[in-house]
Amino acid sequence: MSSKVKVEAPSRSSSKETIVQMVGITKRFPGVVANDHIDFDIRSGEVHALLGENGAGKTTLMNILYGLYQPDEGEIYFYGQKVRIKSPKDAIRLGIVMSHQIFRQVLRFSIAENIALHTSLGLILSKKEIERRISEIANELGWDIDPNAKIYQLSAETRQKIEIVKALLYEPKVLILDEPTSLLSLQGKLELFKQIKRLKEKGLGIVYITHKLDEVLAISDRITILRKGKKVKVLNTSEATKEDLARYMVGRDVLFTLTKTPSKKKGKPVLEVKNLHVLGDRNEKAVNGVSFTVYEGEILGVAGVGGSGQRELAEAIAGLRKVKTGEIRILGENLTNANPRKIAERGVGFIPEDRLVKGLVPELDIKENLILRMYFKPPCRKGLFLDEDFIRKYCDEKICQYNIVAPDLSTKVKFLSGGNLQRLLLARETSWNPKLLIAAYPTFGLDVASTEYVRKLLLKLRDMGSAILLISEDLDEIMMLSDRIAVLYEGKLMGILNAEEATKERIGLMMTGTPKEKLPNKTDKDT
Amino acid sequence: MSRKVLRTLKSRKSILAIVAVVVIALIYSSAPTALGISTSTIDFYLNLTMIMATPLILPTLGEIIAELSGVLNLGLEGIMASGAAAGVVVAYTTQNAWLGLLASIFIGMCLALFFDIAVITFGADQIPTGLGLFFFGLGLSGVIGDPYAHKVLKYRFDKTPIPVLKDIPLIGKFLFSHDCLVYITLILVVFFYFLIYKTKIGLVIRAVGEDPGAADAAGHNVFLVRFICVIIGGALAGMGGGYLSLAFSPGWTAGMSAGRGWIAICLTIFSLWNPAYALIGGWLFGGIFATVFSLQGMGVPPRILLMLPYLLTLVVLALILIVTKGMKGAPSALGIPYSRE
Repeated sequence: MSSKVKVEAPSRSSSKETIVQMVGITKRFPGVVANDHIDFDIRSGEVHALLGENGAGKTTLMNILYGLYQPDEGEIYFYGQKVRIKSPKDAIRLGIVMSHQIFRQVLRFSIAENIALHTSLGLILSKKEIERRISEIANELGWDIDPNAKIYQLSAETRQKIEIVKALLYEPKVLILDEPTSLLSLQGKLELFKQIKRLKEKGLGIVYITHKLDEVLAISDRITILRKGKKVKVLNTSEATKEDLARYMVGRDVLFTLTKTPSKKKGKPVLEVKNLHVLGDRNEKAVNGVSFTVYEGEILGVAGVGGSGQRELAEAIAGLRKVKTGEIRILGENLTNANPRKIAERGVGFIPEDRLVKGLVPELDIKENLILRMYFKPPCRKGLFLDEDFIRKYCDEKICQYNIVAPDLSTKVKFLSGGNLQRLLLARETSWNPKLLIAAYPTFGLDVASTEYVRKLLLKLRDMGSAILLISEDLDEIMMLSDRIAVLYEGKLMGILNAEEATKERIGLMMTGTPKEKLPNKTDKDT
Repeated sequence: MSRKVLRTLKSRKSILAIVAVVVIALIYSSAPTALGISTSTIDFYLNLTMIMATPLILPTLGEIIAELSGVLNLGLEGIMASGAAAGVVVAYTTQNAWLGLLASIFIGMCLALFFDIAVITFGADQIPTGLGLFFFGLGLSGVIGDPYAHKVLKYRFDKTPIPVLKDIPLIGKFLFSHDCLVYITLILVVFFYFLIYKTKIGLVIRAVGEDPGAADAAGHNVFLVRFICVIIGGALAGMGGGYLSLAFSPGWTAGMSAGRGWIAICLTIFSLWNPAYALIGGWLFGGIFATVFSLQGMGVPPRILLMLPYLLTLVVLALILIVTKGMKGAPSALGIPYSRE
């Protein structure tokens, strides 16, 4: 169990004192122990990474430190003094500031108004002063931010930057960063890391919550790994390897790359898209004359910069978005603008990008979400009613098969972690061997183990004969899983490459507007 | 015309404003025609409009504050009724109209407190609780007020026209020839406008109603902010009721609030949660009430006349929903209890 409080004596190499010590923290939610007697400490001038799978308890632990949750057991010490943090106000007063994974920003307000809202900045602060300080920090980070822009107008990446700027404005003693890079570009990440190093030198204690191993190895000094709510290991980063970390996180060895069997002979065409034109939410041309075919037993990867029309394409095929002109045929049948249920009944599964918006219903429970495709027909339906026995048996089976971790079948889906949500979706959309599966960003935001699981599943489905349309921004993933790769740019198809002839450079060129015909010839140097 | 002017003209607010102005102009033009054109009649009409507007503007201001913080209080009618009754009782007993007014405000705050405890402390569903408050307030008003029914109140707010200002044509009679409470109401409109849009307190209130999670993470006490806003709302609604019984009628009659609390709820939406528009909306509906009054005995069937304000309420609400396609502008967290876990 935890030891008594001790303030770290200054070591020879650095004068790191312990700012925060969390001892024996336990937090229970109905049916699950999110934090199980966890000890965690934060030292000044140090980046302490909190690593774990989705749902391991990292955000919960830091929410407790920030006053958003109250622990059921355990104590928190601040510079050796026991404290009770009852709300974010208390945390802020101590100098603990948090940048959240799910952004805490008022959409309707401007950036300046959101920042003015933060109590750490005092009650009275002139608009000019706020704008000046925002620009100051943004410039240091190399980010271009207009303080008067309204949040709902901004991209997800910009919003993530603002979340970080918000935390930095008040020079805190402890800075908690929760998944700060999930939406940042490579450039943005590097700038952020630079800033974190600077803050470290100033003596801040920084907590870096993530499930990304590369980042942990790059930026942290110490690593605490959580697994299923328990603290599994604490180690210095210098002593850690990627494989070790993955093993601690998951409890077994994890495959980072998968090899697929060579594709069988081309089966019959399952999905035929002909000269498709689809409009986006702002009536812009999102899909602009795209044609391609996906065959039985193959994975067609769709690569492209975000906003190239992938989302609209996927929604149009699934029947969720109106097709302006063009044709979609599934197994020979013209299903353009057909009712989504009809399309689903023809054997089409859809894993959408926003899982809790277009895939699962957050307020319904696991049972109800699992039978969403089939509740209206037997065997789920027995006359006028639902066959509860069958449903329960069916759900238990799926939960087992797909390793979904949940306390109870009647848990509302909104409480599940990202990895489990995805498994739930997959269970529903693939367990009956779909003829066509549209998977949009299926591993986005998932931890190592869940990612491995999803990729293995996609390959298995392909081997069993499903046609899969895989949309992803992860080029490694696309290249790992796809038999052929299509690239979209501004709604137009730049071309389709076979897996053998595809390289990151060629795909990259196509993603930025070079059509396949105009690509420079492949040389032996290409990997 | 320049594109910017065209865009402004086509915007939703402009359409609503133009419609409102046209309707007001029609009302204003019809009333004098019915009675014969004369400036004194127009003056009288404007004066009456402001008087009729005041008991609508006050509860609307209160509900705007409450709803901006995210709480939907449907009990306004009940609070107004109780405020009216309490005002009369205390005014009689203490022989002082101002004390009566304080009583109206106080009972409004008490009723709001009950509502707060149910809805914020215990997270009860705001709509049925509001309706319950309405019934309770209405019944309470009868219990308190019955002994004083139909008695004319001596201790009341008399008209106190402001010297010099009262002689300005049109505006003089419209704004400056009233009792104190009307002046206070106008001041309150300006006050709340500045509070909501120009101060940090207003920013916090709006944040709490828009995204309580963000306000919480920024360090504000969402529950306390909502608690206080609802009480302010109750105070203002109570004051509106007090105005009815201490200045308007004066005296207490059963059912004297006549659905004004409900009209105020419609006005809250109509005003897009903005005190300035609440004032304009108040004048619009005040004008209808004034028309109803003026046309009495002119041959229009009385029951049709009585129906007009409420008919207008329906028309306005329908227009709003059609033009803005749903309650655009509503605080996003309106009606949703907040919890962290």
